This record gives sequence, structure tokens and C-alpha cells, in this order.
Amino acid sequence: MSVLVVLEQSNGAFHRMGWEAIVAAKEFGLPVSVATIGPAGDAASKDVAKVYAIEHADLAAYSADGYTSALEQLIRATNPEYVVFPHTYQVRDFAPKLATRFGKVFISDVVKLTKTTAVRQLFQGKLNADYALPASGPRFLSIQAGAFRGDQLGAGTPAVEPFAVQISGIRVKAEAPFRESSRAVDLTAADIIVSVGRGIKEQENIAMVEELAAALGGEIAASRPICDNGWLPMERQVGSSGQTVAPKVYIAVGISGAIQHQVGMKGSKCIVAINKDADAPIFEVADYGIVGDLFDVVPALTEAVKKLKG
Amino acid sequence: MKIVVALKQVPSRDSALRVPPGESWIDESDLTYEINEPDAYALEAGLQLKEQHGGEVVVVCAGPEGAASSIREALAKGADRAVHIEDDTLHQADSLGLGTLLAAAIRAEAPDLVLTGLQSDDLGSGQTGVVVAELLGLPSATIIMAVEVLDGAIRVKRELEDGWFQHVTLPLPAVLTIQSGINKLRYATLMGIKKAKTKELRAVSADDLGGLPAAQVACEKVYLPGRGKQTQLLEGDAKTAATALADKLKFEVRVI
Repeated sequence: MSVLVVLEQSNGAFHRMGWEAIVAAKEFGLPVSVATIGPAGDAASKDVAKVYAIEHADLAAYSADGYTSALEQLIRATNPEYVVFPHTYQVRDFAPKLATRFGKVFISDVVKLTKTTAVRQLFQGKLNADYALPASGPRFLSIQAGAFRGDQLGAGTPAVEPFAVQISGIRVKAEAPFRESSRAVDLTAADIIVSVGRGIKEQENIAMVEELAAALGGEIAASRPICDNGWLPMERQVGSSGQTVAPKVYIAVGISGAIQHQVGMKGSKCIVAINKDADAPIFEVADYGIVGDLFDVVPALTEAVKKLKG
Repeated sequence: MKIVVALKQVPSRDSALRVPPGESWIDESDLTYEINEPDAYALEAGLQLKEQHGGEVVVVCAGPEGAASSIREALAKGADRAVHIEDDTLHQADSLGLGTLLAAAIRAEAPDLVLTGLQSDDLGSGQTGVVVAELLGLPSATIIMAVEVLDGAIRVKRELEDGWFQHVTLPLPAVLTIQSGINKLRYATLMGIKKAKTKELRAVSADDLGGLPAAQVACEKVYLPGRGKQTQLLEGDAKTAATALADKLKFEVRVI
């Protein structure tokens, strides 16, 4: 009886969410082994039972076909009760395929675990749902970013076992990853961020939020739909597909706080939410909140800030 | 090119969700519904590919009777015909069970390309497209921001994390999950709405498709999440609340 956690790495650097997935996997009370695709690297110094290092020339570049095939072979050989992934974009690309190959359900984006239950968020984080885990293994789950504390993972000296795989039939050809904008704006360096979401309704209303940011001496940022609409450049997007920020204060204006946005800002020291919907998920992580019409609140706040600054 | 777009009907984004005391699911009686937003982008991507390369766009939707309104909307926007997997028990299905039904319906269409949204706004499992691809034995790529048709293949732009992208090439037939914002959504025209009434909307049952597999994973209950933090709400009219907030920012958070 064991748990297998599949770590993610690129160019030898492990994704921090992998450590969080190990901490989550320990909830099952079984020995936790990890799989690395590529060298064991930092995984070899963590508090886990064993590291299976899968190395193969055809796995050097990620492909859903290659990763699925390699992990299928490891899982068939080691028979884990649970297979736990970090809920990264890459995992979303292949883990449902892997679980389906075993005729199993993939329980994605889990925020809380017990031995028999997984908690997921529904309706963009507005509701939580308890799911009874399947009666038999392997049970496939992925863990939401930030749901568990990666820094709680201790040091160890696990055995590192190379695991040989046969890879064939990779159908998808990948080119080198690239970045579109030069990242002229580094939001991670800002102490104060005023971020705007769907609630702003029209492009011309963005100016109101820019005035607040200027009054505070902060940067303006946005949730994804604003950047999709081209109302602010992509480089100002906060969230899983944008930047991850942790300023002294993050003011969310008209942002409901969907999971994908929260993972990019919930580490902020202080979070302020201004939203007309008192049930918006953003209030779950807010230190201060104003439930009200942003078109009244934002200009009033800009005035109040200017007054305090004299 | 024959394109299948799998779309789902979900409660409207601004719906107030209530879980009645003692109940294990939301009260659906006064909800309004819409096409799941990422699926609307998948539909638009399909319509644009058809306009550029010819062919047919077939909508496949699994849902209760009421989902027909979203299917009609898709037909009004320009889809050629639709298959409605009509079943009132789908809310009990898990992602593999639903994927199995969709895969059976899509297999019968033998499309060149299958498009769907990257996730649903209600359950948010983010895996239907990939499950369907595996069941159909097709290659897939997820979180797609652009599609370019080559000879017998497609080259797509995948979104990675943290502002990174990657181009990948897949042989056809293939399955793609589409990211919101890939294109500009069109509105149905009056002519389109009129035409939609004459387009084929074929209802099939789960049994027609081999039956809905028993769920492996059961949702036991839904509930409002507990607050991770104690939020201090600033009350009063806009001016009072804003003044109180500015004071907090100056004297407690110390950023002014």
C-alpha cells in the first residue's frame, strides 16, 4: 500500500506545487514515493520513501503521449493506491488521459483531503463539494496550487531507483516554449497593486481604477477577462496564466475571485475586495472588504487617499 | 473539415447559488442558464475554421431537456446541426461517465477535429476533452490560444503557465480544449435565429450510446466554503466605507 506523487520539472527545476502535492499525499497515512521524469535532483533530498527516476530520450520534451505511457508503466509495476499530481497546466494536459487509460476517474484541483474524501471547489470557487473517493485504487487526484504548504515537507534521504520505460507512438510534436511580451512590467516588484476585473464593465471605466492606483502610488493589474478583451496589456494579468504577486496590499476591484485568479494573488500580505456581490469568492481571502458599487466606491476611495496624502 | 464542438449548458455566471438546508445540491428552480463560456469560444473557433476551410460544424451537448435552448443558440450562431444527449440524471455522472457518452456520440460522427472548452464554469474539472480524446484514441492538446490548419495536421498555440506559450503540431483527427479569449464571440443574427429552427437537432438517449457508466466518484454534498480569513467589512455608504478603508490602509496596513 503506497502513494505515488508525480513531480514536474523543467530544465532541472522542480515546480513548487510538486512539494505541496507530497504534503497533501501524506494525508493518506501511507508511504509516499515520488516519480520524476528526468533526474531525481532535489527530490532525492526530501522526506519521501522512494524516488522513481524515469529517464528516456523521448521524454526530454514534454508530450501527453510520452508522459502517459511512461507513468502507465510505472503505475502498473508499483500498484499505488493513490496517484497524486500538482494541478498544473501540464498535468491538466495528460493526467485525465492517464486515469482514463486505467478506466478511472481523475479527481482534479482538490483543495482538502481525508483518507476517504476529497474537497473540490465548484462554480469558480463559490461552493465547495465533498467527493467520496473511489472504492478501489489507483485513485488519481490533483492538488490545487497553494492548498497545502510545501514548506512543511522535511528533508530525507530516499532511495533513488531508476525506472526504465519503453516509449513509442508520440503523436504530438512540440516546439520550444516562448514568451510573448518582454515583461516590461514586473508586477512582482510592486508594493501596492490595484487590480480590476469584469465588474468594470467597459474599457473607458478602467481610467477610474488607474486614478486610484496612481493616487496610491501602485501598479494597475487585472484579471484574465480584462486582458482577453485587450483593455489592459497581457503583461498586467494576475493569475495562473499571468503573474503571481504578493504585494503589501492587493486591492481587487470588481473581481469575483475565481480560482485561477486567486492562485496568483492570495499570498498578498493584505487583500482588499471591492465587489457588489457579498458572496463573491474574493471575500474568502480578503482582509478588508467593501460590499458595494465600485463606480461609487472607487472614486470615493481615490478622494480619501488623496486627502490622507495631503 | 468536419468539426464537432462539445458544449455544456451551465448556470449563468452571475447566478445566486443557494443550497437549501439539508440538501446536497443547489436549488436549480430559479436559475438561468447559458453556454459554458470556454465552450462558446470553442464554438466560435469551430465556426471560424469552417469559414476558412469549409466543412461542417456539429454541436454535441449532454444535458437535460432544458439544454436545448443553448443548443439552439449554437445553431443560431452558425453550427450546422446538433446532437443532444438528453438525460436528466447526468448530474450524477462523473467525468469518465460523461466522457464515455460524449465519446460514443462523437465517434459516430467521425469528425476531423473535436473542440471543447478547457473547463466548465460549474464543475470545473477541466478534463472532458482529454478524457474524450483518450477514449477515442485521438491525440489532444489543451488550453489552446490559436489553431492553424496544415495538410492532415494542425499546429496550435498552447498556453503554459506564467506567460509562456508553445506551438505543437498534431495529426488529424485530434481533440483540442480551447481557452477563453482565443477569439471574439459573435452574436446570433436574426436570420441565424430563424434558420436555427429548421436545422437538425437530434436527441439521443444515454442508452442509445451504450448507457451511462456507473459513477466511481460521488458528490456527497455542496456547501458555502468557510472563509480562510476573517474579513473586516467596512459598512456605510460609499464615501463612509471608502474613508474607513483609506484609514485602514494608512494606519494598519501602513501603505499610505
